Amino acid sequence: MAATAEQKGAWVQSWLEAFTEAEKTAPRAAWLKRLREDAFARFWDVGFPTTKDEDWRFTNVSAIARTHFRPAGADKLTKKNVEAFGIEGAAATLVFVNGRYARELSQTSGLPKGVTVASLREQIEQHPESIEKHLGRYADQKRDAFVALNTAFLSDGAWVHAARGVVLEAPIYLLYLTTHEDAPTVTHPRNLIVAEDQAQIAVIEDYVSIGGESVAFSNAVTELVAGESTVAQHYLIEREHLKAFNVSTLRIQQGRSANVSSHSLLLGGGLVRNNVHPVLAGEGGECLINGLFLGTERQHLDNYMHVEHASPHCGSRQFYNGILDGQAHGVFHGRIVVHKDAQKTDAKQTNRNLLLSDDAQIDTKPQLEIYADDVKCTHGATIGQIEENALFYLQSRGISQAEARKLLLMAFAEECVDRMHSAVARQHIEGLIRAHLLFMESSPRHPIAPTPGASGTPGQTSTGKMTERALEEVG
Amino acid sequence: MSLLEIKNLHVNVGGHEILKGIDLTLNAGEVHSIMGPNGSGKSTLAQVLARRDAYEVTNGSITFEGKDLLEMKPEEAACEGVFLAFQYPVEIPGIGNTYFLRSALNAQRKYRGQEEMDAMDFLPLFREKLALLEMDEKLMNRSLNEGFSGGEKKRNEILQMAVLEPKLAILDETDSGLDIDALRIVANGVNSLRNPERAMLVVTHYQRLLNYIVPDFVHVLVDGRIVRSGGKELALELEEKGYGWTEHEAYQPVGARR
Repeated sequence: MAATAEQKGAWVQSWLEAFTEAEKTAPRAAWLKRLREDAFARFWDVGFPTTKDEDWRFTNVSAIARTHFRPAGADKLTKKNVEAFGIEGAAATLVFVNGRYARELSQTSGLPKGVTVASLREQIEQHPESIEKHLGRYADQKRDAFVALNTAFLSDGAWVHAARGVVLEAPIYLLYLTTHEDAPTVTHPRNLIVAEDQAQIAVIEDYVSIGGESVAFSNAVTELVAGESTVAQHYLIEREHLKAFNVSTLRIQQGRSANVSSHSLLLGGGLVRNNVHPVLAGEGGECLINGLFLGTERQHLDNYMHVEHASPHCGSRQFYNGILDGQAHGVFHGRIVVHKDAQKTDAKQTNRNLLLSDDAQIDTKPQLEIYADDVKCTHGATIGQIEENALFYLQSRGISQAEARKLLLMAFAEECVDRMHSAVARQHIEGLIRAHLLFMESSPRHPIAPTPGASGTPGQTSTGKMTERALEEVG
Repeated sequence: MSLLEIKNLHVNVGGHEILKGIDLTLNAGEVHSIMGPNGSGKSTLAQVLARRDAYEVTNGSITFEGKDLLEMKPEEAACEGVFLAFQYPVEIPGIGNTYFLRSALNAQRKYRGQEEMDAMDFLPLFREKLALLEMDEKLMNRSLNEGFSGGEKKRNEILQMAVLEPKLAILDETDSGLDIDALRIVANGVNSLRNPERAMLVVTHYQRLLNYIVPDFVHVLVDGRIVRSGGKELALELEEKGYGWTEHEAYQPVGARR
């Protein structure tokens, strides 16, 4: 049931005011204005989802719906502020501070001919035709309130374009920084990645909080268009602080024989929803959907996969591993839809989870909708603890229990890391996982000393109250 | 001082008494064999010595080089020099064999105040031991025991032992499931590690292994008690007469102190 008129009045009104305000500074193109207005109208109609909605059964977003957010303000950061976040070996780096492109912090020189990496806003202003062809054509703003909201407030993000046949091995790094503010803020990053036929690219999106903890909501949408025989890799890293709400939607459109992979790493955020929605629209496409989520304290990490097989002879592989400690709640919803004509589909889904505490929780749900009659679809999920046998085996060779636990957790995480093709991305992600596991394992339940790497990471007491607020209605 | 002294050891598993008063002393340089039928408590003894905490010691003591072994965690016992070659080595996907073994060696070296070994120093040592066990280095690039045959797993146990050089090596049914070639290789590896500073406790059901690893002493464990102790000829006697021969003696334990 939808929210009552009164409730709706309160939160929609504030979004309406924000929308009217945002229109004053939004990119002016008429087609875009129409797109935004349609999106806002759609959001107005559907409102935020509730747990009565099957797609949101395990994730209650009322904390988002109730909060009055204002657009994150412009904030100047220096190179020194952000130097800790860059990655070695990126082909280009775009930095966004509170949703705005920060040219002075970005680095786009030296890209090979045929690759464009720029601010989406600037691209809309300078070459609207290249954007209009794709923007908003794939992400489903009719069904998804968060996509509608993002589109309504569409202002800036990354534009990545690889021309036909261009091969770029080094990844393009997109860094989204949110700074501390006194009141709750929201950003709506919007990215468009277009890789033409036979091109090869990799893009990393990295969401980071900077400064003290304050309530911040990142509502990001990325449309990735892969042409014929294109090879594209997409990486999402969520490592904001525990007061952050993060809803990220990746919509992939795959052409004939395209090979696309989506890799997600969820470490941070109090309430996170990771939507991955590939559509295998051309024959012979391959899609790998790979992810790892590490939750602790009262984090809520929801992974919603929606793999659409729309053409024959396509293959999809979903592999998600979760490690949950404290009172964290993980969700894996793996939906596979095989359209009537998508014969010879081969779809596989595996979700493996480790629960490290009695209070940690995982909801894992496969959902297969198959309308073709000659397909192969398999799914499987496991939920377990650290294996006592394995722990003892390592200890019996002299490795401390704490170290043995870390080795086993890292090994479990490595299953996902090993599927990442880009060595640069892999190295970056591996480092983040290691540091995060140190932090998780230094919580009081485990008798090991806190390590220097864990300093500066949010402690149990300082964040407990906030996550309660964010999650109090989460079942 | 003896290397290992077990006195009146009683052990419960899941509320059942499995070991009912074991007395056993091992001196450096000695090889002892524990023989016994299935369910007699052989593996329990081995696991208790490696400090598995699922086993509840209700009475008795174990001292290792004069230190209370029962106070030690598994990793401490290992660092003090106790090594258990598992009856069923565990497969651990995602942890490489070589990395694991070097981590274990360095954990032990660190415990003893020795400098840790880097990959370059480790490699020659590692290759030497691989050759001893006639193992292919390629196998070591795989995850720990993952996809190993039974024989490869057992050889890997002895390889680990050869690298870690324990003071007390406990071999828990290392012979089970090995064909004669693998048995010869494993025994050869074990024999090369026999020296005056090291003691071994070879736990086995069958006498076959003892043709290759010849013990100084043989103890027969039946129903949680050592019912007979003797020299290597006792193993042959057992082979001939079977364990049934000893069973009536289970009620008159030899060497058990009351």
